[in-house]
Amino acid sequence: MNCDTTTQQITLNYQELKDMALQIRRDTIRMISFRGSGHPGGALGIADILAALYGYSMDHAPDRLNDPHRDRLVLSNGHICAAWYSVLSLQGYIPREELSTHRAINSRLQGHPARDKLPLLVETSSGPLGQGLSVANGLALAKRLDGHSGRVYCIVGDGEMQEGIIWEALLTSSHFKLANLTLIVAFNNLQIDGEVAKIKNLEPLAEKLSRFGWKVIDINGHDFDQIVQAFEAAKGEKNQPAVIIARTIMGKGIPFMENDPKWHGACPSPEEAKKALEYLGYASNYSDFPVPEEAE
Amino acid sequence: MNFRSHTPVRDAFGKALLELGNSNPDVVVLTADLTEAIRVHWFAKAFPHRFFQMGISENDMIGTAAGLALAGKIPFVTTFAVFATSLANLPVRLSVGYNQANVKIAASHGGITVGGDGASHQSFDDLALMRMIPGMTVVAPSDATEAYKATLAIAEHKGPVYMRLGRIPTPLITTPESPFNLGKAQVLRAGSDVAIFSIGTMLSITIEAAQTLETKGVSARVINIHTLKPLDSDVILEAARECGCLVTVEEHTILGGLGGAVSEVISCNYPVPIEMVGIKDTFGESGGPEEILKKYGLTARNVVKACYKVIERKRNRA
Repeated sequence: MNCDTTTQQITLNYQELKDMALQIRRDTIRMISFRGSGHPGGALGIADILAALYGYSMDHAPDRLNDPHRDRLVLSNGHICAAWYSVLSLQGYIPREELSTHRAINSRLQGHPARDKLPLLVETSSGPLGQGLSVANGLALAKRLDGHSGRVYCIVGDGEMQEGIIWEALLTSSHFKLANLTLIVAFNNLQIDGEVAKIKNLEPLAEKLSRFGWKVIDINGHDFDQIVQAFEAAKGEKNQPAVIIARTIMGKGIPFMENDPKWHGACPSPEEAKKALEYLGYASNYSDFPVPEEAE
Repeated sequence: MNFRSHTPVRDAFGKALLELGNSNPDVVVLTADLTEAIRVHWFAKAFPHRFFQMGISENDMIGTAAGLALAGKIPFVTTFAVFATSLANLPVRLSVGYNQANVKIAASHGGITVGGDGASHQSFDDLALMRMIPGMTVVAPSDATEAYKATLAIAEHKGPVYMRLGRIPTPLITTPESPFNLGKAQVLRAGSDVAIFSIGTMLSITIEAAQTLETKGVSARVINIHTLKPLDSDVILEAARECGCLVTVEEHTILGGLGGAVSEVISCNYPVPIEMVGIKDTFGESGGPEEILKKYGLTARNVVKACYKVIERKRNRA
């Protein structure tokens, strides 16, 4: 772990987080398979990070949406929203049964997160890549201006970092010393056309971001111990923004989906979905969301 | 506030911002390396902690402003019109428009009278680009007095706003006392032979044209459209019914701007002949403001000619 955290050893029962991540993956497969479209690859890859954010790191609660001191999450790579809708339902923000409406007409759960459909929950609508970090900077600046506590988290994809506005925003975060901001780069080294390193290389990313004035924490994004330590290290930083480069695997948890860019935006067939759910197994503390009977 | 004639509209904007800084603690200002050019230096000096210098990063500036707005601030973002609307179009569409974020985009150098800078800096399509975004209010004050009132009004309005500030100093036509209501056009001259609609800095040449027409016995109604969206369709339809023909005048392409917007209203409700004075689907060039206006057909003479032409078309229909 390339992580210079000085925080104390955190002992947690990671089983709870692992269980939540497993349910997020089950939900993701079932939502996308049920509607016949969506983006499974990145969503499966970010499940552990989302479980750790909502289950451990973020200061949040469904009855505190109007509390200006709460933490906020900007999902800049909006296409992975199936996993995010899942964690929102597991945390009591939206009903479990609503997950079956993802991508359907009249649904609040749009194919990319839409603030007009889910005010307060969606901090900013996303979809076109690169846009979220600037908005997250604005949210963090406002917190500072108003003396509100709480952090702003922002998740971006690795391919997304090829957008120019991201680098403008990276400069802004460090120029204004936004220590209340944590950026998470979901780094699975895959984008639609193939390997990020071959399409337009970002590496050495840690070095670049460090030179841009960020505290950089480079971790395995599927290791809960590392994830939790990284969040703590980011919170401990008082003078600069922190970025967690979370090395993840696209399609994580389902062997035939792992590391195959085809699964960025492909829907598994009913047989593939069944097989995927068998690979995943069942979560002990959660159950699958119900789907309308006529569609079964 | 009283201004001297030919005060640039951006000066009035800067003074209004200063007033807002005192009266509304939620107002913050962002700029992209154009602090003095857009006259936000007065605000910056008075309220340094509410002023954000964003560098030459217009896309990022718009996104940051959206975040500030979503957290309850009233951000005024300032840059040149071509950068705010063309360069940063996606963040304006997504992070401001789609979010319905309470961001006020105040853009100077709107139009083609930016002087020697040439076509790359001339903004002849900004009003059309902003008008296409659902929920975006689009405002273009005609003189310093109106720019001052418009700035205060858009700060009160809840929702995204684009305000175009022209480059050239214009004579004062509106008065501090005359009412300014977003979305309500102002009939500045009565008339019954033809109605002329003007937006932004074209108001003075429009008035001049109406005065010329009066000496020839033609009665021209002059209507100041300071708010392109929402458009005051009542005033437009009233003019169509009472005058029977219309002319639009804009320092902007006739495609999708004032000419397009007025045409949409009349063609769907009460079709009458219309002529459009504006940029004819072309890029501009360097030159003095007066030379450019002349070459691209934006003078009082062009307005007079358009009025004769449209009155002729009306007669031929009768």
